[in-house]
Amino acid sequence: MINFQYLRTTTSKSALALLSKDKAAKFLAGGTNLIDLMKRGVTTPEKLIDINHVPLKQIELKGDTIIIGALASNTAVAEHALIKEKLPLLANALNAGASAQLRNVATVGGNMMQRTRCGYFYDTEMPCNKRQPGSGCGAIGGFNRMHAILGTSEKCIAVHPSDMCVALIALDATVVLANQKGERKILFKDFHRLAGDTPQLDNNLKTDEMIIRLEIPINNLAKNSHYLKVRDRASYAFALVSVAAALEISDHKITDVRLAMGGVAHKPWRLTASENFLKGKEASTANFEQAAKLAMTDAKGFGENDFKLQMAPNSIIESLTLAKSKA
Amino acid sequence: MQSSDPKNNQGDSRRDFLKKSSLITAVALTPSVALKAAESQADERFAELFEKIPLNLTVNNKPYQTSIEPRVTLLDYLREELHLTGTKKGCDHGQCGACTVHVNGERVNSCLSLAVMNEGKKVTTIEGLANGDELHPMQAAFIKHDGFQCGYCTPGQIMSAVACVNEGHTTSRSEISEYMSGNICRCGAYPNIVDAIIEVSKGETKA
Repeated sequence: MINFQYLRTTTSKSALALLSKDKAAKFLAGGTNLIDLMKRGVTTPEKLIDINHVPLKQIELKGDTIIIGALASNTAVAEHALIKEKLPLLANALNAGASAQLRNVATVGGNMMQRTRCGYFYDTEMPCNKRQPGSGCGAIGGFNRMHAILGTSEKCIAVHPSDMCVALIALDATVVLANQKGERKILFKDFHRLAGDTPQLDNNLKTDEMIIRLEIPINNLAKNSHYLKVRDRASYAFALVSVAAALEISDHKITDVRLAMGGVAHKPWRLTASENFLKGKEASTANFEQAAKLAMTDAKGFGENDFKLQMAPNSIIESLTLAKSKA
Repeated sequence: MQSSDPKNNQGDSRRDFLKKSSLITAVALTPSVALKAAESQADERFAELFEKIPLNLTVNNKPYQTSIEPRVTLLDYLREELHLTGTKKGCDHGQCGACTVHVNGERVNSCLSLAVMNEGKKVTTIEGLANGDELHPMQAAFIKHDGFQCGYCTPGQIMSAVACVNEGHTTSRSEISEYMSGNICRCGAYPNIVDAIIEVSKGETKA
């Protein structure tokens, strides 16, 4: 690993002040992705600002909103009684990701900031527009079994690897960001971005900002929710396809529904058209099939990942069915 | 790391030597942005960049004080500096679990943690589990159930298994498999590892 300057801070104010002096510096939280990327030479920051001692680890209910600090560990969130009771979709998605060791260290903010696991991004001998803009995309026409089928660009077909983020986009979370001037809020669905012409940018966090906390509204979806993750082995693997599904059903009619997918796009992918179709309708297999079909309207495969064109709608139907069946 | 000009070494303090030799390494390895900055601030800039960081931590109930380059992982610190080689380096990328240790009682991959991030913390390695000659119940259970063949992943498996029991993720074989999935065993001793964990979780093994 190329050496770097290491700074440690205990407040978000001083962390932001240090960042403002050197915008190329990177925040170091759990480090489970960043240190790996540095070992491989994919990223070579000259300065790391260790923010692990900044007090942003709260998990609490304020009014109708659940607040989760950016530095709460993935385990702390997944094991918290409040999250298990009110947001089981989030707890289940977190536990579907990584391993117990990694979840103990990885933070909520770091999970949002993690980079794609595309093999071409990780291999510095290969072309990759995300790692080195303009160098080309190795995955298009290459090994692309794990890659995107929705919202792709000609420059990049990488997927965002997070499970947690798929649940958060389904749960209408809001992200609170801060720079030295103050805080701003953006919807979780607007945090990550599609690759477009600038695949080097994973999200809309500005270079002078840090993630402070998440705000998630309480809902009536806790009872009928399911996180389905399809992968190459039973545990500890990234998703081929994942589906967060949550239903509120009254008198056999769907009164609220949330659907989001992972493993299919450059960002966590909310299935808005499918949700709109299902609202007010009966929670039937026929309607689930129609919703799944709608989700695939603009999908396209790149060869090795063509199987996802069938796996994705099948997974949507399965996840909705399992969510509905929870009594 | 050697200076290209041997004369540089003569009569210089160790710190000066490090500064100069570091500068050469840095020039070879840093991106052009850093080189531009270096032209104006040369020596001081890189002296700061390569400064060792003071580190205090407790390993297996013994306090240690050192100063260390920030790029050294907790795994390398344990193995190379403290010579606690029970903790293994497998993949070095957080994918195999061979490097699992406990930090403040929680299992972590020591290969993906910088040593300096663990300032003031309590680390337990496989060497710290036994009580003198008396094996930890999990070590005894691994032997009883043949929870290994080649043994390379075993220290990580045992550290992870102890944590798995402490966390209470042992209500079924499938739950144990799920919560042990961060530890890979290429010999395939998984069923026996699960047997060992079940026995310890029921409190049946006496050390």
